[in-house]
Amino acid sequence: MTGAILSALASHWRRNRLQLLTLVLGLALATALWSGVQAINAEARASYDAAAATLAEGRFDQLMPPEGDAMPQALFVALRRAGWLVSPVVEGRLRVGGTAVRLVGVDPLTAPPGSAARAALARADLDRLVRADTLVAGPQTAALLAANLSNPVLVDQAVAPGTVLADIGVAQKLLGRAGRISRLIVLPDQPLRQRPLAEIAPNLLLQRADGATDVGRLTDSFHLNLTAFGLLSFAVGIFIVHGAIGLAFEQRRGMVRTLRALGVPLRRLIVMMVLELVVLATIAGALGIVLGYLIAALLLPDVAATIRGLYSADVAGTLQIRPAWWLSGMAMALGGALLASASALWRLARMPVLASAGGRAWALATGRTRKLQAAAAALLLAAAGVLAVTGTGLAAGFALLACLMLGAALALAPCLGAILRLGEARAARAMAQWFWADTRQQLPGLGLALMALLLAMAANVGVSTMVSSFRLTFVGFLDQRLSAELYVDAEAVADRAGLERFLETRSDAVLPIMSVDATLAGLRAEIFGARIGYTYRENWRFLDAVPAVWDEVEAGGAVIINEQLARRAGLSVGDALALGPGLSMPVAGIVGDYGNPIGQAIVGEALFRQAFPGVVPRRYGVRTDDPQGLRQALVEAFDFPPARLVDQAALKAFSLSVFERTFSVTGALNVLTLAVAAFAILMSLLTLAAMRLPQMAPVWAMGTTQRRLAGMEILRTVLLAALTAVLALPLGLALAWVLLAIVNVEAFGWRLPMYLFPAEYTRLMLFALGAALSAALWPAWRLARMEPAALLRIFANER
Amino acid sequence: MLLSIEDLRKSYLGPEGPVPVLRGVTLSLQAGETLALTGESGSGKSTLLHLVAGLDAADGGHVLLDGQEVTRLDDSGRARLRRSAVGIVFQQFNLIPSLDVAANIAFQARLNDTPEPRALSRLAGALGLEPHLRKYPEQLSGGQQQRVAIARALAARPKLILADEPTGNLDEATADEVMEQFLALVAETGAALLMVTHSPRLAARLGRQAHLSQGRLL
Repeated sequence: MTGAILSALASHWRRNRLQLLTLVLGLALATALWSGVQAINAEARASYDAAAATLAEGRFDQLMPPEGDAMPQALFVALRRAGWLVSPVVEGRLRVGGTAVRLVGVDPLTAPPGSAARAALARADLDRLVRADTLVAGPQTAALLAANLSNPVLVDQAVAPGTVLADIGVAQKLLGRAGRISRLIVLPDQPLRQRPLAEIAPNLLLQRADGATDVGRLTDSFHLNLTAFGLLSFAVGIFIVHGAIGLAFEQRRGMVRTLRALGVPLRRLIVMMVLELVVLATIAGALGIVLGYLIAALLLPDVAATIRGLYSADVAGTLQIRPAWWLSGMAMALGGALLASASALWRLARMPVLASAGGRAWALATGRTRKLQAAAAALLLAAAGVLAVTGTGLAAGFALLACLMLGAALALAPCLGAILRLGEARAARAMAQWFWADTRQQLPGLGLALMALLLAMAANVGVSTMVSSFRLTFVGFLDQRLSAELYVDAEAVADRAGLERFLETRSDAVLPIMSVDATLAGLRAEIFGARIGYTYRENWRFLDAVPAVWDEVEAGGAVIINEQLARRAGLSVGDALALGPGLSMPVAGIVGDYGNPIGQAIVGEALFRQAFPGVVPRRYGVRTDDPQGLRQALVEAFDFPPARLVDQAALKAFSLSVFERTFSVTGALNVLTLAVAAFAILMSLLTLAAMRLPQMAPVWAMGTTQRRLAGMEILRTVLLAALTAVLALPLGLALAWVLLAIVNVEAFGWRLPMYLFPAEYTRLMLFALGAALSAALWPAWRLARMEPAALLRIFANER
Repeated sequence: MLLSIEDLRKSYLGPEGPVPVLRGVTLSLQAGETLALTGESGSGKSTLLHLVAGLDAADGGHVLLDGQEVTRLDDSGRARLRRSAVGIVFQQFNLIPSLDVAANIAFQARLNDTPEPRALSRLAGALGLEPHLRKYPEQLSGGQQQRVAIARALAARPKLILADEPTGNLDEATADEVMEQFLALVAETGAALLMVTHSPRLAARLGRQAHLSQGRLL
């Protein structure tokens, strides 16, 4: 019996190959977008994990210097002598052939157990490691080192991309930090008796292990956004699959009735249909995973560059096949197909054995279904409204997004129906009336494809508004922050005072840039000292500030903080902030600080030098009318390497290039999502084409040409796409608002102003109309060229 | 002469080559005349009707309808002729599901820019459709749907009505009732009627009968 049932079920697909193609390709595209994004995320996370595993970060307590980024190595010796089991680390960025790599120097004998560094160094010959200044790195970084440095290089696959391991002495030499270390890792299993830390190194800060790495936390938001995009794309694909499966089930009602009348048990039939779906979903899932791999391989270099630019986290530029993403892709394909078929299977299970084979046409949803859909839409949109007003946290932000998008998708058909009814009421001529009425009748059949278009279009509007607002704000922010014409990296200059004097005599103003890492309000942050002058006063814009903000900061009586610190610590203008022991002052202003993941406090130069006397400026901003001349003079007077003198234009160009890469990733995903929606429309039109003939044949018979009918079919599709695109605009703007005002604030800690980009929306709308037009052309061309006999059959056969 | 058919030929391509359906049919119909076309299944009755209406193209012969050579008209010309001179009543009703009864009845007349609200209302009244004007086709019985199709064909005031088994889908009692109303209205409008039917009883109610067998008139 099973064989007979299977052959009957398969015969449907043999006779409806286009429908089979729609189902498989729809599911494959949905899986491709999902698994592509997951592949990128998995690769990036694997890179962070490898970087964090270098020193098993997050698993051990650490001792940090009280200020600056280094402490004397003597402290390590003192602590070991006092019985503390600690391991020294020196860490810094090393420029190799124009690329910055993370150099980590560890003591091979005391490095923490379970860390990748210890494992990698254990595989190397200790004597060679120390005496021959050997470096250990992953394949890509090792090739870079070998091409630019004379040190012997060992390749170890386990070392994170962009990271170089070395003995601590070798690293100190390369980083120019002899006798200094960055931090101390406190090993587990300390002796029971040891002198208190406060006696040996009272200034060191103990940072507790918290199980998570900074890079992981910082990049989570970025990946969350990518994941949301992947999910949205998957939802668009599932709409296609739902449509294809619904149509296939409806068309097989007659077959199901006959099979049951011939004695096939309902349960057996449903099991066979589920098995059939599982086989199709597995094929589609596998195809989707291959496509997803290609998408990910195409986008990964840009994503890697974005993450490196934004968070200084290195991600391998090449993709590996990891079980996590392809398994999740396959699970989504199977789950999505079963989800999409659930309602069809449910209807089938409840169908009486003598139900009409024709039944109601698939395209004609019952009034009850339409009412239920409208009620669900109203409920979801109301829930979105409640979440927008009362919700807090990232999860609430994403729940709001889900309610908003799903509610709007369900509300689409009722909204379009109302608009079309209005058109029908105003139509004067017969063909116009038929056009509006027939278009309204097409809504249930095209509804899922139009929902896909709505979601894709809204995602495009929302994400492009967010990214473009980000860009506009960031450009303004760069103009504010990079107001000096030349930036001098003075790290290699011993005579800082001489350099400052030289700069002061040859420029309009010199702005020393000095900072220390700190913990403010319990959060990781930096304190900056600023020489308040006309540059700051004229260029900086505050989100909130007291009237004489710069006067108060210059006088050492107040502090400026960035938005991240204000939001995370709940600080407002006027609140007191403790900068250190006995140093507390009110917040006089809050500034936007985009792209910076941590908190920042800015005090006047005098106060900074008094509070942190050991800190010298590492960089200077210089105001000058002749940056090129000054640059030349600096090179001649101080033998400056040109790379340490950066002009404003180059710095801005670099910063913007980071964002351009972000755009290219989101842009590519946008285009892919819209292409999937166009595919949905095309497939819906093709599958509906045969079912449409009984509705068009009488109009043709009463005196309309096939060409005119075909033209009206195109017009109908474009009209529906245009109405959907118009409705997608407010939805997309709402999406942008949620992303900017809720998700970004929760994920990044800053709120961006929202700008509107009418030209961009017009372009997107034209693109959507173009997609709909191209989807409508083929079915219309087929109608125009159809043999009259095909239309005549409508009048001869029972339908 | 309203309709003149001369040596009309048509074949369809079958798996083993062309299958002749009409083998040179010659026939004429005066204005206001009614003709029943009978014949066994596959004798070419419906094909003849389709060729007269310009729904399909003949392989040979001539169809002169209201002074126009149908076989020489292009697609647009044939469409114009159908709009203005022909009313078709199908066995399957073929109403437009998205329009209500009133809009369906008026549809062809409006296509032809000849809607007469009073005439439409009278037709609806004569066919007992007045209570159903705001209903949609799917809400009507078979007999009611066929009455709507008849009303639609007559509303455009065509010179020729082509009916293909108009009551073939109805039970006998309903078929008689519908046919009664149909013939009365055709007589009232003065249109000619060419009706395909299997039923000798129905054929006998028309002015003339012609029998088609294997593509030839007997």
